[in-house]
Amino acid sequence: MFMFEKALTGGRKYWLWITSLFLLVLAGSLCYVLQLTHGLAVTGLSRDVSWGLYIAQFTFFVGVAASAVMVVLPYYLHDYQQFGRITILGELLAVTAVTMCILFIFVDLGQPTRIVNIVLHPQPKSVMFWDMIALGGYLLMNAAIAVVTLTAQREQVPAPGWIKPVIILSIPWAIGIHTVTAFLYSGLPGRSYWLTAILAPRFLASAFASGPALLILLCLALRKLSGFDAGREAIQKLAVIVTYALAINMFLILAEVFTAFYSEIPAHEEHFEYLFIGLNGDRHLVLWMWLSTLLSGVALALLLVPKWRNNIRLLVVACVCVFVSIWLDKGLGLIVGGMAPSPLGAVTRYVPTLPESAIVLGIWASGALMITVFYKITLSVWEDN
Amino acid sequence: MKITRKDFLRISGLGLLAVAGRKAVRAVAERTSERASEQTSAPFAKQVRWGMAIDLQKCRQKDGCDRCIKACHSTHNVPQFSDRAHEVKWIWKEPFKNVFPAAQTGYTREFFGNLPVLLVCNHCDDPPCQDVCPVKATWKREDGVVTIDFHRCIGCRYCMAACPYGARSFNWLDPRPAIATVNLDFPTRTKGVVEKCNFCEERLAKGLGPACAESCEEKAIVFGDLEKPDSEVRRLLRSRFAVQRQPELGTGPAVYYIV
Ligand code: SF4
Ligand code: SF4
Repeated sequence: MFMFEKALTGGRKYWLWITSLFLLVLAGSLCYVLQLTHGLAVTGLSRDVSWGLYIAQFTFFVGVAASAVMVVLPYYLHDYQQFGRITILGELLAVTAVTMCILFIFVDLGQPTRIVNIVLHPQPKSVMFWDMIALGGYLLMNAAIAVVTLTAQREQVPAPGWIKPVIILSIPWAIGIHTVTAFLYSGLPGRSYWLTAILAPRFLASAFASGPALLILLCLALRKLSGFDAGREAIQKLAVIVTYALAINMFLILAEVFTAFYSEIPAHEEHFEYLFIGLNGDRHLVLWMWLSTLLSGVALALLLVPKWRNNIRLLVVACVCVFVSIWLDKGLGLIVGGMAPSPLGAVTRYVPTLPESAIVLGIWASGALMITVFYKITLSVWEDN
Repeated sequence: MKITRKDFLRISGLGLLAVAGRKAVRAVAERTSERASEQTSAPFAKQVRWGMAIDLQKCRQKDGCDRCIKACHSTHNVPQFSDRAHEVKWIWKEPFKNVFPAAQTGYTREFFGNLPVLLVCNHCDDPPCQDVCPVKATWKREDGVVTIDFHRCIGCRYCMAACPYGARSFNWLDPRPAIATVNLDFPTRTKGVVEKCNFCEERLAKGLGPACAESCEEKAIVFGDLEKPDSEVRRLLRSRFAVQRQPELGTGPAVYYIV
């Protein structure tokens, strides 16, 4: 495989990390076998809450994938040179995130062996059909861009001209994948938590906050572990992007809350009540949702003040807060909150089970493995130069 | 042969005229044939549109009656799971206040709120469940029945999220051990697929009505062709006040409740 041998050299710590990730993937796979034999009953899902952690993780990582555009766009359209190196890291993060998304969809299927039916009997009226095309295309584009750019860098020649149009196309395409993903939900009648025109804008805002926050953390980790420095200015620029996106995301959430509670239309209020106050005595998500709100607030405060934002230690804290906050909101509240109360007003408690969590963790670990290998290859190419 | 400029103009002009003429002729012909077919075939080619009217008052006559539910579930090999989370159901009862949350006042809630309402799939005119299915495993037939291909369904549960009536169930585990006696005339399902009321399509094919309607001694469930003005269901809907569940969503439910 492509320069794969470069990933096979490393110290003791490197191998320890790789081995533990492999063990997590193994544990997840074993739990998946359990799910395959017993059915999705091994998860916490139910007739009322029929989508849960898997679909929520899928949604969250589509956001991470789309956020690559936040480095690609300044670099290629505005010729912002500071993002030169980070751009490849962003594209590789996108490749990893899309792969994780596909895995999350796959483990959610009740009849995974029939997945070919999506190709055999395509239904263009289904948003899922378009989402598959969008995600597949995005995966191919980013993989091609990363491989071509990296090869060119290794050979120390300029990248071939044909890749430029692909890169330009990948910019609107990135917006597209997350918009289509939002349309999966926002076009459904009778699910008032999702039935809002600002779901897609909200998805984009939260994606452009959480994705670059993750990228900052990855870059800082690389600096510590490998001595690769993305550059202070690039990191600062990313931090500014996170700040804007986070502020816009919080504004959009507030707009939703206002509309729901000032109109006092019960169907719109109920879901927010369920998430933030508790409904019919079920309050098990309340703590998490307020934690998410609190973390967003703290992060915004830390990011808004330039002195704090420029302090690397505080920036790390802020980025962790952003990532966790948006993960809670999108990777937990969004799906469960949309499904409870059900169309018949039932509030059914959803708690992920152990096997379900292990499967999710396994996919996270495979993502971590991919990103480790990708970054390792990239860094050794740069070192060789 | 030499073509002069004048010849060329004449020929191309004629060509254009010919094209325009043919278009006009075809349009007229189409319109007349349309009208002709409307006149001749109307009484025969009229589509069947199956629908149902449920008389809630008759349905409450016998307290705790569940004959229709038993009839349906045993006919269709619907598994009986005791825990609510994994429940599979095609027809069931739900309190009035949950089914018609907006159709009541604080004064009527006390009496009506807890009265049972019989629920089935609405076999919508424009079913969202059909539009979202990525593999065309669920679709509306010509006669209005919304059906599922259990062998094609990939179990993505998008249709469950899309149905605004909570009509669909998923097989979270193998349903077969949970079926008391298997009816060999109807397929059992495997784990990982979605199912719901099918308006007894298998019985309709034999010229029979749905099992639930047949089993009801009170005759609370009336099934028939909504396109036929003199069908029993149409007569009932003409004479009594009936409502659909959430008609404002534009799905066009074919199940009516006489209140
Ligand atoms: S009631 Fe639900 S399952 Fe039945 S046709 Fe309508 S949308 Fe589909
Ligand atoms: S669960 Fe089955 S029927 Fe429902 S949308 Fe998915 S493939 Fe279609």
